[in-house]
This record gives sequence, structure tokens and C-alpha cells, in this order.
Amino acid sequence: MLTTRPFGPYVAPAMAEPLFTPEEQKKFDADIADLLSRYPEDRKSAAMLPALRLLQEMKGWLPPEGMKLVASRLGATPERAYEVASFYVMYHLKKPGKYVVDVCTNLSCSLWGAEKMLAYLEQKLGLKAGEANERFTLRETECLASCGTAPCLQINEDHHESLTRAKVDEIFDKLP
Amino acid sequence: MAATAFEPIISSAWGKPNSWTMEEYRRRGGYKALEKALEMQPPQIIDLVKKSNLRGRGGAGFPTGLKWSFVPKDSPKPKYLAVNGDESEPGTFKDRYILEDDPHMMLEGIAIAAYALGVHTCYVYLRGEFKFPAERANAAIKEAYAAGIFGKKVMGKDFALDCYLVRGAGAYICGEETALLESLEGKKGWPRLKPPFPAVVGLFGCPTVVNNVETLANVPHIINRGVEWYAGLGTDKSGGTRLVCLSGTVNRPGVYEVSMDTTLSQLIFDDKYGRGMPAGRKVKAVIPGGSSAPVLGADELDVAMEFEAMKVKQTMAGSGGVIVMDDSTCMVRSLWRVARFYAEESCGQCTPCREGTPWQTRLLRKIEEGRGEPEDLELLSKVASSIAPYPPIGLGNTICALGDAAALPTHSFLMRFRDEFEAHIREKRCPFGDKPWGAYGDWS
Repeated sequence: MLTTRPFGPYVAPAMAEPLFTPEEQKKFDADIADLLSRYPEDRKSAAMLPALRLLQEMKGWLPPEGMKLVASRLGATPERAYEVASFYVMYHLKKPGKYVVDVCTNLSCSLWGAEKMLAYLEQKLGLKAGEANERFTLRETECLASCGTAPCLQINEDHHESLTRAKVDEIFDKLP
Repeated sequence: MAATAFEPIISSAWGKPNSWTMEEYRRRGGYKALEKALEMQPPQIIDLVKKSNLRGRGGAGFPTGLKWSFVPKDSPKPKYLAVNGDESEPGTFKDRYILEDDPHMMLEGIAIAAYALGVHTCYVYLRGEFKFPAERANAAIKEAYAAGIFGKKVMGKDFALDCYLVRGAGAYICGEETALLESLEGKKGWPRLKPPFPAVVGLFGCPTVVNNVETLANVPHIINRGVEWYAGLGTDKSGGTRLVCLSGTVNRPGVYEVSMDTTLSQLIFDDKYGRGMPAGRKVKAVIPGGSSAPVLGADELDVAMEFEAMKVKQTMAGSGGVIVMDDSTCMVRSLWRVARFYAEESCGQCTPCREGTPWQTRLLRKIEEGRGEPEDLELLSKVASSIAPYPPIGLGNTICALGDAAALPTHSFLMRFRDEFEAHIREKRCPFGDKPWGAYGDWS
């Protein structure tokens, strides 16, 4: 049977589970209110970056329902939220692995072996840069302002620097 | 020679226990300058900063006092201060240490600047990856609120100032001041056309001063120890000291605070700083001011790391990021890596940059992988010129300077190391084989 959509705005199907638990909802509401207090009243949408960050910290990524919620709280369209989320590399539009590993391979780091370190990690984690599994998302990233302590990487935004093979092994083998 | 004996002023507390706390900062005389400034008339402070020859430490080296004086005094709109802590220029890692080890020095500079400019709201914009620096800075802001540095009455005076920290989310372009403002307004970081300049039409359409973290950390010292002393630390046109970031193939990379007349070769070879090259290796190339700055050859290192001196060499003191490459480093591979960065970080707004940066990258990859053809060098140079011709610096065909930044490395590498590019094409391979990254490129 041919199904046609009625005219009017697209309504996304309801999610199987609600986005937040009641406790999470409370935290989200309080934190959004705090963020909005930092901007002029007619400029609520200025809080877009921190609000998306808040959502990501709570959910681990930016689910579409969540982006819609952020947008509505900020008086912005969902498209605006998506535009911002897709512009900045630190936002996850898909659910990443438990650990997001960002390896700098820019000039100063490469001069201290970053490409070799990345190759070692690809082998160790069984992933190519740009790939992900449940446990890891492995990415090549740009300069992390750690050039004097190269090479470096970040795991879920925690910074690790002056890395040797032994240090990398220790860090990754200790991950819970 | 500078008129004032050199001493480190910005980095003096780094690495010392609890240097990031308000208690320690006050013990070192912290917030005395703010107290003094609050007794002065705002225009007096702007005048002092002008006379101090303080220049912006973010990359462009624009005179700070002059920037401040562009803010209209009679505007009915609120005014803003935006602090640029985006620090994403490859080779640059100095603001991070201010934020981690001495955030109150920046906060005191913020309070003084805000008072001088009549600003009641300040946003400190840090790059998203700065998790730990943001934690330290946030803790310091909290302390400052508790101590009455920020809040309804700054140090008991009838002057209100709020200060908020905002983290970016991973975009080099947001270090460009108008892109930073867009990002602060909750948008993607697309730079704005200038003029109007942010001092007139900035954040939320209001007059806004955008200053770098290090720039603001300098301000308390000007108030505390006087303009003559401060200006005397530097050269005729650049006051104070400078943080330089040394990285690449040198024995002791790191951030060093130096006098403005310190030369590149002193930085690389002096025992106080870089301690020279690994055994048996010589300098081949040095990028003097972050990866956007035109590269210099080994015979050009006798130049001071100061804005005017670098300009004479057709390059930039920029953000103070000095990257050293030794004689076993492949210049094609290095430039390819730099070009990839700009292709990745181009915001996509202007055609020459959006299309030109990946094109440069593809050509460089082709040459490095031994598939280069003789006409590729001409084409590469043409692509770079379409983004921004060179010399001089600043002829870019794009809204912001990222275009220039992407083209300058290509022009300068081709100018100085053309024979190496030709060798790749002639030999149909990289002459450095699988060891393109110099003496420290092997990782273990």
C-alpha cells in the first residue's frame, strides 16, 4: 500500500524511550537555566555551544531528539542546532565508542613520531583512524597545543602528552 | 638593547606549587594593579596601555591600546570584552600554561581592561579541547567572584563585572576574532567581513574588544610597574617580553619567556632555551610564528622574534610558535601535513580557500608519493596564489586570514626548498624514503 505523508511539518516518530530520566531532566533544566542567565535575554541562542556540550556530556552524543530539545529551549530552530553540531568536530552526531581517542599528527607531533604512534594505536586497537567500535573511536586530529610535549593524544578530552610506547601501553591497558 | 633589564613577568610563577590559586597570586602581589587601576580614570588606563607599546600576542601584533581606543565612548549599547583563548595555531602552546598555572594574572588583566573600557560582561572563549585549562580557569573565576573581584561591585567600587568561560567545540577558525564572536553568539564559526571592526560592531552587534590571553596577562604589569619600565623591556615598537613556543627537532622544546630582541638562533641553540640540535644534525628550516608564518632557511635565523623584525624578513612573529626541522626532514612531507591542516580547518565560506586548500593537499600528496609531474609545481604555486599571492603578506582573496595562512607556507616552502620538490618529481619517490620526519621522527 502506498503511504503518503500529510502536508505540514515533518513530525519525527516518538522515541521508544524518553530522552532523560526524571533526575537527568532536572539537571538538564537547571543547567540550561544557568547557561541562559549568562546571555542577554533576547540572545538565548548564544548558549548553543555550551547547551549542546551539556547534552553530549549527559548522553555521550547528540541524539536528534536532544538537539531538538536544546533548540526549543534556546528559541532556535532544530536546523540551527544541527548546523552548529555538524560544524564543530567535537560534537558527536553518531554514538561514538566508549573512549574517543584523538591523536594529533600535526607537524610538531609528527616530528616526534606521531604518525608512528598512530600506526601503533591502529594496530593495538584494531581500528583504522576514522573508525569506531563499541569501545573506541579512533581519530586523527589537528594540533592540540601540546607541541612542546609531543606526541600527544586525548581520550575523552583528557590530555596525555610526551608519549612513549610504554606510556601509551600503560594508559590504554589501564582503561576500565 | 632594551632599556630595562630582562626578567620573566608572565611565566615567573609557572611550575610552582599552587601557583594557580588566588592565595598564591595575592602573595605575589596579585590584584594590586587592579586596586591601583580602579583609582584611575578609564581614559588614563587606555593611555598607559598605548604608551606601553603592548601589542596583541594572538598573532597579528596589533597595538592593544589603539584597539581599545577604537571603542566608541558614547555608544548607548553595552560593550563586551571577549578573551581569545582558542590557541589552535599549530606550534603554539603558551596560553595553555597561563590558564593552567597562572589564570589569575589573566583575570586581573580582564578586570583592568573591563574597567578601562566600560565593559560589564566578559566572555573567556577557550578552545574545546582545553578541558584541564578550562577547569583551572573556571576555578579561578569562582575564586574571583568569591573575593569580590567580579560581581556587582568590583573591589567594593561602584563598577559591576561578570566574567563567563565558554568552551569551543573544535574549530581552528574560531581563533579568528570575528569567527570567535559568531561562535560566542552560538553559531558556526564563519568569519565576518571587516569593516566594521569588532570594536564598533562586535558581539551581539555591540562594541567589543577581542584580546588574547597573553595580551591581557601583560596588563597588570604595566599598571604595577609603570609604562617606562614595561616599554623599556621591549623594543621601540613592541613593549614587554614575549612567550615563544619552541617545538620540532630541538633538544629541549618548551615555552620560553624571552626579551623581544632574542633571535631565532639564540632560542634554538642557547643553553637557557632549546639547547641546540640532536647530535650530527643541522637546522634545515624554521617556521617562526605558527604554521601559517612563511618558513625560513638555516641562513636566516639571525632575526629577532619581534613583529617588526619578522616583517622585514617577509614572515611573521605571529603567535610565537617556532617549529624547527632538521636536515633529515622532508620538506614536501612537512608542507603536505601543514596543507592538510588548513584543508581540514577551512570553514568553507570563501571559494578560493574552500577549494584551494584541498587542491594544495592533493598536489602535495601526489608529489610526496612519487607521482608528481613537472608542471605540478607551477600548478601548486598558482593554486596558492589564487588563495593569496605572496609576497608581501596580506593579499588574500578571502574574507579572513585563514586563506593567507594556508597559502603562505606553500609559497615559502616552494621559494626556499624548490630543489627538494623537484627531486621528488625527478626521482619519482621521496628521497627520504620511510624516514621523512627527521632525527626524532622515530617513535619508541
